[in-house]
Amino acid sequence: IMNESTELSLTIAQIVQRLKGSHLHSQIERQAKECLHQPEIKLGSLKEDVRNFLKTSGGGCWQPPCHPAAPPEHLKEPLAYMRKAQASWEKRVLKSLNSMSTELGVPLARMRPAVEQKELTNKWNEMGTDEPDLSRFRPVYAPKDFLEVTIPFLRNPNHDSSEEVNVRSHWGLIQVPLNVRDIPKLRQAFSELNLNTGQLGIEDHAHIHPDLFENEYVQIGKKVVEEQDSAAAQQYSRQGCPTGLRADLWALILNSTNQPQDVMYYEQLKAGVIHHDLLVDNLIYKDVKLTASNDDYYFVFEDYLYQVLLCFSRDTAVLEHFKYNSATPPKSYIEGKMGVEECAVVYPPNVAPLCYLYNEPSKLYSVFREMYIRYFFRLHSISSSPSGIVSLCLQFERLLQTHLPQLFYHLRQIEAQPLRIAFKWMVRAFSGYLSTDQLLLLWDRILGYDSLETVAVLAAAVFAFRAENLMEVTSLASAEAVLADLSTLKVMPLIQIFLFATAI
Amino acid sequence: MSVSADSEPVSCTVKPPVFLQLGDAKTDTVKSGVCIVDVTLPFGKSVNIEEISFKNFYTAYVTVRLLRKVPGQEAAAKWTTALRDLALMENPHTEGGSQDYSSIHRAQMQVVPDHVMSVRFILRQPSSAWMNFNLQEIKIFQKEVSDLLSDLTLVDFRPDLEGLPDPSTVSSSIQQMWALTEVMQTNQTTASIGRFDVDGCYDVNLLSVP
Repeated sequence: IMNESTELSLTIAQIVQRLKGSHLHSQIERQAKECLHQPEIKLGSLKEDVRNFLKTSGGGCWQPPCHPAAPPEHLKEPLAYMRKAQASWEKRVLKSLNSMSTELGVPLARMRPAVEQKELTNKWNEMGTDEPDLSRFRPVYAPKDFLEVTIPFLRNPNHDSSEEVNVRSHWGLIQVPLNVRDIPKLRQAFSELNLNTGQLGIEDHAHIHPDLFENEYVQIGKKVVEEQDSAAAQQYSRQGCPTGLRADLWALILNSTNQPQDVMYYEQLKAGVIHHDLLVDNLIYKDVKLTASNDDYYFVFEDYLYQVLLCFSRDTAVLEHFKYNSATPPKSYIEGKMGVEECAVVYPPNVAPLCYLYNEPSKLYSVFREMYIRYFFRLHSISSSPSGIVSLCLQFERLLQTHLPQLFYHLRQIEAQPLRIAFKWMVRAFSGYLSTDQLLLLWDRILGYDSLETVAVLAAAVFAFRAENLMEVTSLASAEAVLADLSTLKVMPLIQIFLFATAI
Repeated sequence: MSVSADSEPVSCTVKPPVFLQLGDAKTDTVKSGVCIVDVTLPFGKSVNIEEISFKNFYTAYVTVRLLRKVPGQEAAAKWTTALRDLALMENPHTEGGSQDYSSIHRAQMQVVPDHVMSVRFILRQPSSAWMNFNLQEIKIFQKEVSDLLSDLTLVDFRPDLEGLPDPSTVSSSIQQMWALTEVMQTNQTTASIGRFDVDGCYDVNLLSVP
């Protein structure tokens, strides 16, 4: 806890540091110079005026910077045992990559010969037609490995677990004492989802005629887009984005404006793909072939997926997020200089839904990158963040144990731990499981609330919805069968009823 | 301003924690949830505290007591409470704040923390979920000592300036150069160039964890 002025000056220093050299910085500077010539601005009181404006306009929402004595690794993840677990997971993935490279004799990275470069340039837009032999490459890990290898072993060494059976005892797989929100707290945080507020994605409204709500709501959405107000777009997204406006609203929330320099940046990355060949490219090919190309919704976007993911694997801006991610990028030393690559395997299904929104590769790319470095990285790194996969798993289990204890107990008795079924949904933020329109409605709320908690709530709500059938099953396989097809579910009614109509 | 970033902490002795024990120390293992940590300054020394910083380890609340001496009367040192039950964790039963760094500033204290000879931390952890709790890396920072330095008298010193150029012109031209370098430095961009290959030698065969 620091005193107010210290905190403020540290915050300002941080913001300035991050702005420097960005396009926004020069824009602000130009705007500020113009403003100075306006008569109503007095130089003498400028500092105070700005300070007061920030205070009243809610500029204080910026989270306080980290304590000056805290080392960088503390900023990534404050809990030492979480850092350790993440590090050992990374070591595993890395070892697997390295050994694949030596076993197959494929270098992790190499320069493409000129002929190959030319060939790739020509077929950039139809990479999907290529059918390279990938049988030698095995995926580095699957969600199941992540669940089985790391999470059950995650323990706080200072946590007293001697009194196993008591009121506090937890039936689930996650045994980490993280603070996750229960239903009363979720109701407060997600107040806009309550039963009396109009929602896109819910057809029947008790009070207002649906057409009336939707017409007016679309009008407001248009205004938000016109104003180019990022904060308003985020607030708006909490009740859902209309299909026609979603692309613009999301880009606004994520501040990805697709300026000429963004297009240029994308072209630069494309050149990177053409010049160099990475081992992970093969894994990306394999992933896309195994998932999206077989998917009824996404197979049409196969070529887009390659373009975006291959560029993503070469984007050094992505490395920035490792400052606040509990993961650490692997390094390799070449002649004293450093080359760095992203090797965390990205699940292609997370890009695929975005293809419905953006038809320009550079725009699609920048939105995907923002989504990844803000949200999706949390789904495959071990951390104590409330949006991290560990917290989401715990939240899911707590919600189920508290509100559907009979169901939880039954599933546990037949050795069908609910998390074993729900984990794959959450790790992909439901992408590939829901129908696309429903998935986008869910992601509207992720962006709107700047949190992945709705993912855990939906997972619990799906169990609640199928509770009757699940009570009848007698094995993990049959429980999985009951929950195999989620493509007919309507997400918003499920979330709303679970949050606001569950008895507490 | 925060001092911990650039100044040195005061040298002091952090004594081992003493847990409050209920009943017989050998047979009774009930945890009281209270622990005392004493920090003493070298004998005869006292400090004017600006800030105390530490890393938490599962302490839910901290109370700070100070042993202050009254200037002039060595014997009349007295204990006073400077801060009562400052919450260090969001919820004593869960992780939030459990391993965070934090600071207690002069302004937060209820008494003026001057002429302090010893600091006592009373730590509380009402939750039985944790095996142990403590404070780590306790550091005490002193208030700036400018008032002490002002007592020193400056010695007038005039070296032999024969044959040297006019100091005022030299200094003004140096100032100009310095200003130029400052401008250069402040305008440095932090935007990355966005490339990471090194002229052709991009054959990577092994990745390592840093």
